[in-house]
Amino acid sequence: MDFEKLRHGTELIKRGFAKMQKGGVIMDVTNPEQAKIAEEAGAVAVMALQAVPADIRKEGGVARMADPEIVQQIIDTVTIPVMAKARIGHFVEAEIMEALGVDMVDESEVLTPADPFYHIDKTQFTVPFVCGARNLGEALRRINEGAAMIRTKGEAGTGDVSQAVKHMKQIQGEIRELAGKTREELIMVARDIEAPIELVIETGQMQRLPVVNFAAGGVATPADAALMMRLGADGVFVGSGIFKAENPEKMAKAIVEAVNNYDDPAKLAKISKGIGSGMKGISVDTIPKEEALQERGW
Amino acid sequence: MVFLMKIGVIAIQGAVSEHVDALKRALAERGEDAEVVTIKHKGIVPECSGIVIPGGESTTLCRLLAREGIAEEMKEAAAKGVPILGTCAGLIVLAKEGDEQVAKTSQELLGIMDTKVNRNAFGRQRESFEAELELEILDSPYSGIFIRAPAIVSCGPDVKVLSRLDGFIIAAEQDNVMALSFHPELTEDMRIHQYFLDKVFTYIRPN
Repeated sequence: MDFEKLRHGTELIKRGFAKMQKGGVIMDVTNPEQAKIAEEAGAVAVMALQAVPADIRKEGGVARMADPEIVQQIIDTVTIPVMAKARIGHFVEAEIMEALGVDMVDESEVLTPADPFYHIDKTQFTVPFVCGARNLGEALRRINEGAAMIRTKGEAGTGDVSQAVKHMKQIQGEIRELAGKTREELIMVARDIEAPIELVIETGQMQRLPVVNFAAGGVATPADAALMMRLGADGVFVGSGIFKAENPEKMAKAIVEAVNNYDDPAKLAKISKGIGSGMKGISVDTIPKEEALQERGW
Repeated sequence: MVFLMKIGVIAIQGAVSEHVDALKRALAERGEDAEVVTIKHKGIVPECSGIVIPGGESTTLCRLLAREGIAEEMKEAAAKGVPILGTCAGLIVLAKEGDEQVAKTSQELLGIMDTKVNRNAFGRQRESFEAELELEILDSPYSGIFIRAPAIVSCGPDVKVLSRLDGFIIAAEQDNVMALSFHPELTEDMRIHQYFLDKVFTYIRPN
Protein backbone atom coordinates (compact mmCIF):
# COMPACT_ATOMS: atom_id res chain seq x y z
CA MET A 1 0.00 0.00 0.00
CA ASP A 2 1.32 3.40 -0.99
CA PHE A 3 0.90 5.66 2.02
CA GLU A 4 1.70 8.71 -0.10
CA LYS A 5 -1.72 8.18 -1.60
CA LEU A 6 -3.63 8.60 1.65
CA ARG A 7 -5.60 11.83 1.58
CA HIS A 8 -5.80 13.54 5.00
CA GLY A 9 -7.97 16.43 6.17
CA THR A 10 -10.32 16.44 3.19
CA GLU A 11 -13.73 18.04 3.56
CA LEU A 12 -15.30 14.57 3.51
CA ILE A 13 -13.04 13.42 6.36
CA LYS A 14 -13.67 16.57 8.41
CA ARG A 15 -17.44 16.62 7.94
CA GLY A 16 -17.51 12.85 8.34
CA PHE A 17 -15.95 13.14 11.78
CA ALA A 18 -18.71 15.53 12.82
CA LYS A 19 -21.34 13.11 11.50
CA MET A 20 -20.00 10.39 13.77
CA GLN A 21 -20.89 12.60 16.76
CA LYS A 22 -24.58 12.80 15.80
CA GLY A 23 -27.10 11.78 18.40
CA GLY A 24 -24.47 12.21 21.06
CA VAL A 25 -23.56 14.47 23.96
CA ILE A 26 -20.26 16.35 24.06
CA MET A 27 -19.29 17.44 27.56
CA ASP A 28 -17.07 20.27 28.81
CA VAL A 29 -14.31 19.02 31.11
CA THR A 30 -11.43 20.78 32.82
CA ASN A 31 -9.33 17.83 34.00
CA PRO A 32 -8.76 14.10 33.38
CA GLU A 33 -11.03 13.06 36.28
CA GLN A 34 -13.98 14.89 34.77
CA ALA A 35 -13.14 13.47 31.34
CA LYS A 36 -13.31 9.98 32.80
CA ILE A 37 -16.73 10.69 34.32
CA ALA A 38 -17.97 11.99 30.96
CA GLU A 39 -16.71 8.90 29.13
CA GLU A 40 -18.26 6.59 31.74
CA ALA A 41 -21.59 8.34 31.29
CA GLY A 42 -21.55 7.71 27.55
CA ALA A 43 -20.41 11.08 26.15
CA VAL A 44 -19.35 10.84 22.48
CA ALA A 45 -16.55 13.34 23.03
CA VAL A 46 -15.21 15.73 25.62
CA MET A 47 -14.37 19.41 25.23
CA ALA A 48 -11.20 20.30 27.13
CA LEU A 49 -11.08 23.81 28.52
CA GLN A 50 -9.45 25.83 31.29
CA ALA A 51 -12.66 26.58 33.18
CA VAL A 52 -16.31 25.85 32.44
CA PRO A 53 -18.18 28.85 31.00
CA ALA A 54 -20.00 29.56 34.29
CA ASP A 55 -16.62 30.09 35.97
CA ILE A 56 -15.22 32.07 33.03
CA ARG A 57 -18.22 34.37 33.35
CA LYS A 58 -17.74 34.74 37.11
CA GLU A 59 -13.99 35.24 37.06
CA GLY A 60 -13.79 37.68 34.14
CA GLY A 61 -10.40 38.57 32.65
CA VAL A 62 -9.07 37.16 29.40
CA ALA A 63 -10.12 33.57 28.69
CA ARG A 64 -7.58 31.68 26.56
CA MET A 65 -7.04 28.12 25.30
CA ALA A 66 -6.65 25.43 27.96
CA ASP A 67 -3.24 24.54 29.39
CA PRO A 68 -1.67 22.10 26.86
CA GLU A 69 -0.47 19.98 29.78
CA ILE A 70 -4.04 19.38 30.93
CA VAL A 71 -5.27 18.82 27.37
CA GLN A 72 -2.55 16.21 26.92
CA GLN A 73 -3.55 14.46 30.15
CA ILE A 74 -7.17 14.37 29.01
CA ILE A 75 -6.12 12.94 25.62
CA ASP A 76 -4.13 10.25 27.42
CA THR A 77 -7.01 9.42 29.77
CA VAL A 78 -9.99 8.82 27.50
CA THR A 79 -10.58 6.78 24.34
CA ILE A 80 -13.35 9.02 22.96
CA PRO A 81 -12.43 12.07 20.85
CA VAL A 82 -11.08 15.13 22.63
CA MET A 83 -12.06 18.60 21.41
CA ALA A 84 -10.57 21.86 22.69
CA LYS A 85 -11.35 25.54 22.34
CA ALA A 86 -9.26 28.21 20.64
CA ARG A 87 -10.02 31.93 20.69
CA ILE A 88 -11.83 33.41 17.69
CA GLY A 89 -9.16 34.32 15.12
CA HIS A 90 -6.31 32.81 17.17
CA PHE A 91 -4.96 30.39 14.58
CA VAL A 92 -1.84 29.69 16.62
CA GLU A 93 -3.87 28.42 19.57
CA ALA A 94 -5.68 26.21 17.06
CA GLU A 95 -2.36 24.99 15.63
CA ILE A 96 -1.15 24.14 19.14
CA MET A 97 -4.30 22.13 19.80
CA GLU A 98 -3.90 20.35 16.47
CA ALA A 99 -0.26 19.57 17.30
CA LEU A 100 -1.34 18.04 20.62
CA GLY A 101 -3.61 15.64 18.74
CA VAL A 102 -6.95 17.24 19.57
CA ASP A 103 -9.63 15.74 17.29
CA MET A 104 -11.69 18.90 16.72
CA VAL A 105 -11.10 22.57 17.53
CA ASP A 106 -13.93 24.78 18.76
CA GLU A 107 -13.30 28.35 17.63
CA SER A 108 -15.30 29.65 20.52
CA GLU A 109 -16.96 32.86 21.64
CA VAL A 110 -16.70 31.55 25.20
CA LEU A 111 -13.03 32.55 25.08
CA THR A 112 -11.96 36.15 24.58
CA PRO A 113 -11.69 36.85 20.81
CA ALA A 114 -8.13 37.39 19.54
CA ASP A 115 -9.08 39.10 16.28
CA PRO A 116 -11.74 41.80 16.02
CA PHE A 117 -12.30 41.23 12.29
CA TYR A 118 -11.43 37.74 11.13
CA HIS A 119 -12.24 34.21 12.15
CA ILE A 120 -9.61 31.49 11.60
CA ASP A 121 -9.17 30.27 8.00
CA LYS A 122 -10.15 26.74 8.89
CA THR A 123 -9.53 25.36 5.40
CA GLN A 124 -5.79 25.52 6.19
CA PHE A 125 -6.05 22.88 8.91
CA THR A 126 -6.10 19.09 8.85
CA VAL A 127 -8.15 19.00 12.05
CA PRO A 128 -11.87 19.81 11.71
CA PHE A 129 -13.48 22.83 13.42
CA VAL A 130 -16.80 23.52 15.11
CA CYS A 131 -18.06 27.11 15.36
CA GLY A 132 -20.98 28.84 17.05
CA ALA A 133 -23.77 30.61 15.17
CA ARG A 134 -26.92 32.53 16.03
CA ASN A 135 -28.43 32.73 12.56
CA LEU A 136 -28.10 31.27 9.07
CA GLY A 137 -25.74 33.94 7.77
CA GLU A 138 -23.30 33.38 10.61
CA ALA A 139 -23.50 29.58 10.18
CA LEU A 140 -22.85 29.74 6.43
CA ARG A 141 -19.97 32.21 6.83
CA ARG A 142 -18.31 29.78 9.26
CA ILE A 143 -18.91 26.85 6.89
CA ASN A 144 -17.41 28.91 4.07
CA GLU A 145 -14.31 29.42 6.24
CA GLY A 146 -14.07 25.66 6.60
CA ALA A 147 -16.10 24.76 9.71
CA ALA A 148 -17.11 21.07 9.60
CA MET A 149 -19.73 21.44 12.31
CA ILE A 150 -21.98 24.23 13.59
CA ARG A 151 -23.44 24.66 17.05
CA THR A 152 -25.85 27.25 18.33
CA LYS A 153 -24.12 29.85 20.47
CA GLY A 154 -26.87 30.00 23.03
CA GLU A 155 -25.61 31.83 26.09
CA ALA A 156 -22.86 29.74 27.63
CA GLY A 157 -22.46 29.38 31.37
CA THR A 158 -25.97 30.50 32.24
CA GLY A 159 -27.87 27.24 32.50
CA ASP A 160 -30.62 29.17 30.68
CA VAL A 161 -31.55 27.31 27.51
CA SER A 162 -33.61 30.14 26.00
CA GLN A 163 -30.86 31.48 23.73
CA ALA A 164 -29.99 28.06 22.34
CA VAL A 165 -33.70 27.62 21.55
CA LYS A 166 -33.81 31.03 19.92
CA HIS A 167 -30.74 30.39 17.76
CA MET A 168 -31.86 26.91 16.70
CA LYS A 169 -35.31 28.16 15.71
CA GLN A 170 -33.83 31.18 13.96
CA ILE A 171 -31.51 29.02 11.80
CA GLN A 172 -34.22 26.49 10.99
CA GLY A 173 -36.78 29.17 10.24
CA GLU A 174 -34.38 30.85 7.84
CA ILE A 175 -33.71 27.50 6.12
CA ARG A 176 -37.45 26.89 5.69
CA GLU A 177 -37.82 30.32 4.13
CA LEU A 178 -35.35 29.33 1.40
CA ALA A 179 -37.68 26.60 0.13
CA GLY A 180 -39.42 27.50 -3.11
CA LYS A 181 -37.37 30.61 -3.77
CA THR A 182 -36.07 31.30 -7.29
CA ARG A 183 -32.36 31.65 -7.97
CA GLU A 184 -32.58 35.43 -8.09
CA GLU A 185 -34.44 35.50 -4.81
CA LEU A 186 -31.77 33.27 -3.26
CA ILE A 187 -29.09 35.65 -4.52
CA MET A 188 -30.96 38.44 -2.74
CA VAL A 189 -31.07 36.36 0.47
CA ALA A 190 -27.34 35.63 0.21
CA ARG A 191 -26.67 39.36 -0.04
CA ASP A 192 -28.93 40.15 2.90
CA ILE A 193 -27.47 37.56 5.25
CA GLU A 194 -23.90 38.06 3.96
CA ALA A 195 -23.37 34.44 3.04
CA PRO A 196 -21.97 32.80 -0.13
CA ILE A 197 -24.65 32.17 -2.74
CA GLU A 198 -23.54 28.55 -3.41
CA LEU A 199 -24.03 27.66 0.26
CA VAL A 200 -27.39 29.42 0.39
CA ILE A 201 -28.58 27.42 -2.64
CA GLU A 202 -27.22 24.14 -1.25
CA THR A 203 -28.87 24.76 2.13
CA GLY A 204 -32.18 25.62 0.47
CA GLN A 205 -32.12 22.44 -1.60
CA MET A 206 -31.11 20.17 1.28
CA GLN A 207 -33.42 21.99 3.72
CA ARG A 208 -30.73 21.69 6.38
CA LEU A 209 -27.23 23.03 6.96
CA PRO A 210 -24.59 21.30 4.81
CA VAL A 211 -22.82 20.24 8.03
CA VAL A 212 -23.93 18.75 11.34
CA ASN A 213 -25.71 21.24 13.62
CA PHE A 214 -25.53 20.78 17.41
CA ALA A 215 -27.18 22.68 20.23
CA ALA A 216 -25.00 24.48 22.77
CA GLY A 217 -25.08 27.27 25.31
CA GLY A 218 -27.24 26.92 28.39
CA VAL A 219 -28.28 23.26 28.23
CA ALA A 220 -28.47 22.21 31.89
CA THR A 221 -30.91 19.31 32.34
CA PRO A 222 -32.06 16.12 30.56
CA ALA A 223 -35.24 17.98 29.60
CA ASP A 224 -33.21 20.83 28.07
CA ALA A 225 -31.18 18.36 26.02
CA ALA A 226 -34.32 16.55 24.82
CA LEU A 227 -35.92 19.91 23.95
CA MET A 228 -32.99 20.80 21.69
CA MET A 229 -33.19 17.40 20.00
CA ARG A 230 -36.93 17.87 19.47
CA LEU A 231 -36.13 21.21 17.82
CA GLY A 232 -33.94 19.36 15.32
CA ALA A 233 -30.45 19.52 16.82
CA ASP A 234 -28.16 16.70 15.62
CA GLY A 235 -26.70 16.41 19.11
CA VAL A 236 -25.91 18.45 22.21
CA PHE A 237 -22.96 20.17 23.86
CA VAL A 238 -23.25 20.49 27.61
CA GLY A 239 -20.90 22.92 29.29
CA SER A 240 -21.32 23.97 32.87
CA GLY A 241 -24.53 21.93 33.13
CA ILE A 242 -22.76 18.77 34.22
CA PHE A 243 -19.95 19.70 36.54
CA LYS A 244 -21.93 22.55 38.16
CA ALA A 245 -24.79 20.15 38.93
CA GLU A 246 -25.26 18.65 42.37
CA ASN A 247 -24.32 15.17 41.15
CA PRO A 248 -22.25 15.31 37.94
CA GLU A 249 -22.15 11.51 37.39
CA LYS A 250 -25.91 11.17 37.55
CA MET A 251 -26.54 14.33 35.54
CA ALA A 252 -24.09 13.26 32.80
CA LYS A 253 -25.64 9.83 32.44
CA ALA A 254 -29.18 11.24 32.51
CA ILE A 255 -28.42 13.78 29.78
CA VAL A 256 -26.94 11.05 27.54
CA GLU A 257 -30.05 8.91 28.05
CA ALA A 258 -32.33 11.88 27.46
CA VAL A 259 -30.71 12.55 24.08
CA ASN A 260 -31.22 8.90 23.15
CA ASN A 261 -34.86 8.99 24.26
CA TYR A 262 -35.74 12.58 23.45
CA ASP A 263 -39.10 11.68 21.90
CA ASP A 264 -40.36 9.51 24.76
CA PRO A 265 -41.82 11.61 27.62
CA ALA A 266 -42.42 8.59 29.87
CA LYS A 267 -38.78 7.59 29.64
CA LEU A 268 -37.67 11.19 30.06
CA ALA A 269 -39.70 11.36 33.28
CA LYS A 270 -37.92 8.29 34.57
CA ILE A 271 -34.52 9.58 33.47
CA SER A 272 -35.10 12.93 35.18
CA LYS A 273 -35.89 11.39 38.57
CA GLY A 274 -33.44 11.29 41.45
CA ILE A 275 -30.54 12.97 39.68
CA GLY A 276 -30.14 15.87 42.09
CA SER A 277 -30.56 19.51 41.21
CA GLY A 278 -29.20 21.09 38.06
CA MET A 279 -26.79 24.03 38.07
CA LYS A 280 -28.21 27.13 39.68
CA GLY A 281 -27.61 29.32 36.66
CA ILE A 282 -28.56 32.86 35.80
CA SER A 283 -31.43 34.12 33.72
CA VAL A 284 -30.25 35.60 30.41
CA ASP A 285 -32.51 38.65 30.95
CA THR A 286 -30.27 39.79 33.81
CA ILE A 287 -27.08 39.79 31.72
CA PRO A 288 -26.11 43.15 30.21
CA LYS A 289 -25.64 42.95 26.43
CA GLU A 290 -21.94 43.83 26.66
CA GLU A 291 -21.37 40.79 28.87
CA ALA A 292 -23.23 38.38 26.59
CA LEU A 293 -20.79 35.86 25.09
CA GLN A 294 -23.01 35.30 22.05
CA GLU A 295 -22.26 38.84 20.83
CA ARG A 296 -18.68 37.79 20.14
CA GLY A 297 -17.89 36.73 16.57
CA TRP A 298 -19.62 38.00 13.45
CA MET B 1 -51.88 -6.92 3.78
CA VAL B 2 -48.56 -6.90 1.99
CA PHE B 3 -45.63 -8.01 4.06
CA LEU B 4 -42.86 -5.46 3.76
CA MET B 5 -39.39 -6.63 4.68
CA LYS B 6 -37.60 -4.55 7.29
CA ILE B 7 -33.95 -3.59 7.34
CA GLY B 8 -32.85 -1.93 10.57
CA VAL B 9 -30.14 0.60 11.33
CA ILE B 10 -28.99 0.76 14.94
CA ALA B 11 -29.84 4.35 15.87
CA ILE B 12 -28.18 4.86 19.22
CA GLN B 13 -25.75 7.41 17.88
CA GLY B 14 -23.56 8.21 14.86
CA ALA B 15 -24.02 8.15 11.07
CA VAL B 16 -27.56 6.76 11.21
CA SER B 17 -29.36 8.89 8.62
CA GLU B 18 -26.46 8.37 6.17
CA HIS B 19 -26.91 4.59 6.34
CA VAL B 20 -30.71 4.90 6.09
CA ASP B 21 -30.33 7.08 2.97
CA ALA B 22 -27.70 4.76 1.48
CA LEU B 23 -29.93 1.70 2.00
CA LYS B 24 -32.90 3.47 0.42
CA ARG B 25 -30.77 4.51 -2.56
CA ALA B 26 -29.40 0.98 -2.93
CA LEU B 27 -32.90 -0.51 -2.73
CA ALA B 28 -34.17 1.93 -5.36
CA GLU B 29 -31.22 1.04 -7.61
CA ARG B 30 -32.22 -2.60 -7.61
CA GLY B 31 -35.92 -1.85 -7.81
CA GLU B 32 -36.70 -3.61 -4.54
CA ASP B 33 -39.07 -2.49 -1.84
CA ALA B 34 -38.25 -2.75 1.85
CA GLU B 35 -38.85 -0.65 4.90
CA VAL B 36 -35.71 0.87 6.41
CA VAL B 37 -36.29 1.33 10.13
CA THR B 38 -34.17 2.81 12.90
CA ILE B 39 -33.48 0.76 16.03
CA LYS B 40 -33.34 2.73 19.25
CA HIS B 41 -35.05 0.33 21.58
CA LYS B 42 -35.64 -3.28 22.36
CA GLY B 43 -38.18 -5.19 20.27
CA ILE B 44 -37.29 -4.04 16.75
CA VAL B 45 -34.25 -6.22 16.02
CA PRO B 46 -36.29 -9.48 15.92
CA GLU B 47 -38.45 -8.03 13.10
CA CYS B 48 -35.47 -7.18 10.88
CA SER B 49 -34.08 -9.23 7.97
CA GLY B 50 -30.89 -7.22 7.89
CA ILE B 51 -29.17 -4.96 10.42
CA VAL B 52 -26.57 -2.21 10.07
CA ILE B 53 -24.41 -0.99 12.95
CA PRO B 54 -23.24 2.47 11.87
CA GLY B 55 -20.12 4.42 12.67
CA GLY B 56 -20.13 6.53 15.79
CA GLU B 57 -18.33 6.28 19.09
CA SER B 58 -17.93 2.62 20.00
CA THR B 59 -17.64 3.33 23.73
CA THR B 60 -21.02 5.08 23.65
CA LEU B 61 -22.61 2.53 21.31
CA CYS B 62 -21.61 -0.50 23.38
CA ARG B 63 -22.78 1.11 26.60
CA LEU B 64 -26.17 2.05 25.28
CA LEU B 65 -26.73 -1.19 23.35
CA ALA B 66 -26.36 -3.02 26.64
CA ARG B 67 -28.39 -0.46 28.64
CA GLU B 68 -31.28 -0.53 26.16
CA GLY B 69 -31.29 -4.34 25.95
CA ILE B 70 -30.50 -4.40 22.21
CA ALA B 71 -27.21 -6.26 22.65
CA GLU B 72 -28.88 -9.60 23.50
CA GLU B 73 -31.30 -9.32 20.58
CA MET B 74 -28.39 -8.68 18.23
CA LYS B 75 -26.64 -11.84 19.35
CA GLU B 76 -29.81 -13.85 18.75
CA ALA B 77 -30.31 -12.32 15.29
CA ALA B 78 -26.71 -13.10 14.33
CA ALA B 79 -27.11 -16.72 15.46
CA LYS B 80 -30.31 -16.98 13.41
CA GLY B 81 -28.41 -15.96 10.27
CA VAL B 82 -29.72 -12.42 9.83
CA PRO B 83 -27.19 -10.45 7.72
CA ILE B 84 -25.38 -7.80 9.75
CA LEU B 85 -23.10 -5.03 8.50
CA GLY B 86 -20.89 -3.16 10.98
CA THR B 87 -18.99 -0.09 9.81
CA CYS B 88 -16.19 1.59 11.79
CA ALA B 89 -17.49 1.58 15.38
CA GLY B 90 -19.71 -1.30 14.25
CA LEU B 91 -16.58 -3.35 13.54
CA ILE B 92 -15.59 -2.94 17.20
CA VAL B 93 -19.08 -3.65 18.53
CA LEU B 94 -19.19 -6.96 16.60
CA ALA B 95 -15.77 -8.14 17.80
CA LYS B 96 -14.98 -10.72 20.40
CA GLU B 97 -11.94 -9.04 21.85
CA GLY B 98 -10.61 -5.50 22.05
CA ASP B 99 -7.26 -3.92 22.77
CA GLU B 100 -6.22 -2.19 26.00
CA GLN B 101 -8.12 0.94 24.88
CA VAL B 102 -11.33 -1.06 24.71
CA ALA B 103 -10.55 -2.81 27.99
CA LYS B 104 -9.91 0.56 29.64
CA THR B 105 -13.51 1.60 29.13
CA SER B 106 -14.89 -1.87 29.91
CA GLN B 107 -16.93 -1.89 26.71
CA GLU B 108 -19.29 -4.81 26.36
CA LEU B 109 -18.50 -6.14 22.89
CA LEU B 110 -21.11 -8.35 21.23
CA GLY B 111 -18.58 -11.07 20.34
CA ILE B 112 -20.50 -11.98 17.19
CA MET B 113 -17.34 -12.15 15.07
CA ASP B 114 -14.26 -14.12 16.01
CA THR B 115 -12.04 -11.07 15.78
CA LYS B 116 -9.64 -9.04 17.89
CA VAL B 117 -9.68 -5.31 17.17
CA ASN B 118 -7.52 -2.26 17.68
CA ARG B 119 -9.79 0.69 18.54
CA ASN B 120 -7.90 3.50 16.82
CA ALA B 121 -5.54 1.49 14.62
CA PHE B 122 -4.90 4.42 12.32
CA GLY B 123 -4.55 7.13 14.97
CA ARG B 124 -6.48 10.26 15.90
CA GLN B 125 -8.62 12.50 13.70
CA ARG B 126 -5.65 14.33 12.12
CA GLU B 127 -4.44 10.93 10.84
CA SER B 128 -7.86 10.09 9.36
CA PHE B 129 -7.74 9.55 5.60
CA GLU B 130 -9.31 8.58 2.30
CA ALA B 131 -7.63 5.86 0.25
CA GLU B 132 -8.24 3.68 -2.78
CA LEU B 133 -8.77 0.08 -1.65
CA GLU B 134 -8.76 -3.34 -3.22
CA LEU B 135 -11.64 -5.44 -1.90
CA GLU B 136 -12.04 -9.15 -2.49
CA ILE B 137 -15.76 -8.75 -3.14
CA LEU B 138 -15.46 -5.90 -5.68
CA ASP B 139 -13.87 -6.08 -9.11
CA SER B 140 -12.46 -2.55 -9.15
CA PRO B 141 -10.91 -0.21 -6.52
CA TYR B 142 -13.11 1.34 -3.86
CA SER B 143 -12.57 4.72 -2.18
CA GLY B 144 -12.55 4.09 1.57
CA ILE B 145 -13.14 6.79 4.16
CA PHE B 146 -11.33 6.13 7.43
CA ILE B 147 -12.25 8.29 10.44
CA ARG B 148 -10.34 7.51 13.65
CA ALA B 149 -10.72 4.06 12.19
CA PRO B 150 -10.41 0.77 14.02
CA ALA B 151 -9.10 -2.42 12.41
CA ILE B 152 -9.04 -6.14 12.99
CA VAL B 153 -5.63 -7.31 14.20
CA SER B 154 -6.33 -11.03 14.24
CA CYS B 155 -9.21 -13.39 13.56
CA GLY B 156 -10.31 -16.98 13.86
CA PRO B 157 -10.46 -19.53 11.01
CA ASP B 158 -14.14 -18.85 10.26
CA VAL B 159 -13.45 -15.23 9.36
CA LYS B 160 -12.76 -14.41 5.72
CA VAL B 161 -10.43 -11.46 5.17
CA LEU B 162 -11.70 -9.18 2.39
CA SER B 163 -9.03 -6.46 2.48
CA ARG B 164 -5.88 -5.41 4.30
CA LEU B 165 -4.12 -2.09 4.74
CA ASP B 166 -0.77 -1.55 6.42
CA GLY B 167 -0.86 -4.99 8.03
CA PHE B 168 -4.36 -4.52 9.43
CA ILE B 169 -7.53 -6.27 8.31
CA ILE B 170 -9.93 -3.53 7.23
CA ALA B 171 -12.76 -5.64 5.81
CA ALA B 172 -13.87 -9.13 6.78
CA GLU B 173 -16.87 -11.40 6.87
CA GLN B 174 -17.93 -14.38 8.89
CA ASP B 175 -20.94 -16.10 7.31
CA ASN B 176 -23.81 -13.61 7.59
CA VAL B 177 -21.81 -10.90 9.38
CA MET B 178 -19.54 -8.32 7.77
CA ALA B 179 -17.28 -5.70 9.34
CA LEU B 180 -15.55 -2.70 7.73
CA SER B 181 -13.05 -0.20 9.13
CA PHE B 182 -14.32 2.51 6.80
CA HIS B 183 -17.55 4.33 6.00
CA PRO B 184 -19.45 3.23 2.86
CA GLU B 185 -22.38 5.41 3.98
CA LEU B 186 -20.36 8.59 3.38
CA THR B 187 -19.77 7.94 -0.32
CA GLU B 188 -21.93 7.85 -3.43
CA ASP B 189 -20.54 4.42 -4.33
CA MET B 190 -23.33 1.95 -3.49
CA ARG B 191 -21.45 -1.29 -4.14
CA ILE B 192 -20.93 -2.24 -0.50
CA HIS B 193 -24.56 -1.63 0.41
CA GLN B 194 -25.56 -3.66 -2.67
CA TYR B 195 -23.33 -6.51 -1.54
CA PHE B 196 -25.02 -6.38 1.88
CA LEU B 197 -28.47 -6.31 0.26
CA ASP B 198 -27.49 -9.37 -1.83
CA LYS B 199 -27.02 -11.18 1.47
CA VAL B 200 -30.29 -9.84 2.86
CA PHE B 201 -32.30 -10.99 -0.16
CA THR B 202 -30.59 -14.36 -0.18
CA TYR B 203 -31.51 -14.67 3.50
CA ILE B 204 -35.22 -14.00 2.95
CA ARG B 205 -35.46 -15.79 -0.41
CA PRO B 206 -33.16 -18.78 0.02
CA ASN B 207 -34.07 -20.21 -3.38
